[in-house]
Amino acid sequence: MPPDPKLLRSMIAATAQRIVDSADELTSLDQAIGDGDHGINMRRGCAEVLSQLDAIEAKPFGEALKAVGMALVMKVGGASGPLYGSLFIAMGKALGDRPPTLAMLPEMFAAGVDAVAARGKSTAGEKTMLDVLTPTLQTVQAGGPDLASRLRDTAARAALATIPMRATKGRAAFLGERSVGHMDPGARSSQIIVETLSSFLEERT
Amino acid sequence: MSENVSLVIVSHSPDVARGTADMVRQMVGDEVRVAHCGGNPDGGLGTDVQKILKAIDEAWSPGGVAILVDLGGAETNSEMAIELLPEERRKRVVLCNSPIVEGAIMAATEASCGASLAEVRASAEELAPR
Repeated sequence: MPPDPKLLRSMIAATAQRIVDSADELTSLDQAIGDGDHGINMRRGCAEVLSQLDAIEAKPFGEALKAVGMALVMKVGGASGPLYGSLFIAMGKALGDRPPTLAMLPEMFAAGVDAVAARGKSTAGEKTMLDVLTPTLQTVQAGGPDLASRLRDTAARAALATIPMRATKGRAAFLGERSVGHMDPGARSSQIIVETLSSFLEERT
Repeated sequence: MSENVSLVIVSHSPDVARGTADMVRQMVGDEVRVAHCGGNPDGGLGTDVQKILKAIDEAWSPGGVAILVDLGGAETNSEMAIELLPEERRKRVVLCNSPIVEGAIMAATEASCGASLAEVRASAEELAPR
């Protein structure tokens, strides 16, 4: 985990940019089983994060995470705003004003995933972003060597595993059985975030 | 203006939000304050935490505020907005789990009789799917 503000800035910038670049893919996944706005909404939120990078970089790490979360809450415009917003706000709160270390990642990420579950009144197995975040958390908690590549594998497998699931939460729940056979767009955006952040972990270890 | 519970209508569509608020006003006139909002921050279909916060402020009554929503994102964004309120206001705002139009009419009728926030929510939620 980087105490270096420049590294923090590049982590946030790279992640937000990956989401912006993936907007069309996320939208087409959402057109299949949702209301087709996940990509557009996430792009709007992440563009806001990118526009606030200077202010975010100037903050201590915990406050910076909260600022990222608040930008998403205010700008995404769909349920994913408060969901992703709560993830980052809770991680920032869990860190508090301590300087970040890799050893704190399990505690911070657990707080973030709990906040998403509480906000969405959901749990893993309901074809949502939690189906990627929950197994990712387990991998983070297990720790060990090659963490970055194992996180990428976990997230990729977990996103694919949402394809045969039947949605019981969110807009896709209206489709019932017809939600089966499509990857969940929130699971895919979570995978993209985990994948991008993991590459920074790799550079550090 | 009375201290009756007031309403906030939150729809993905600004037109649905406005139309629902119009129907409520026709039922209860100015006995119940109603604010409405709809649309994402760019004006497309969706909901916006900032607009919801503004609507709560506009509708504010010491009796409390009942929020009526249409679909999932409206609910999640309204819950987020409630959490962002100052603590003394937070406990005077509730989200009703009911169909937006019918729930708003029921809630407004109940509110216009001076019912409490809990009673207003309960009457809207009589319509909730079980």
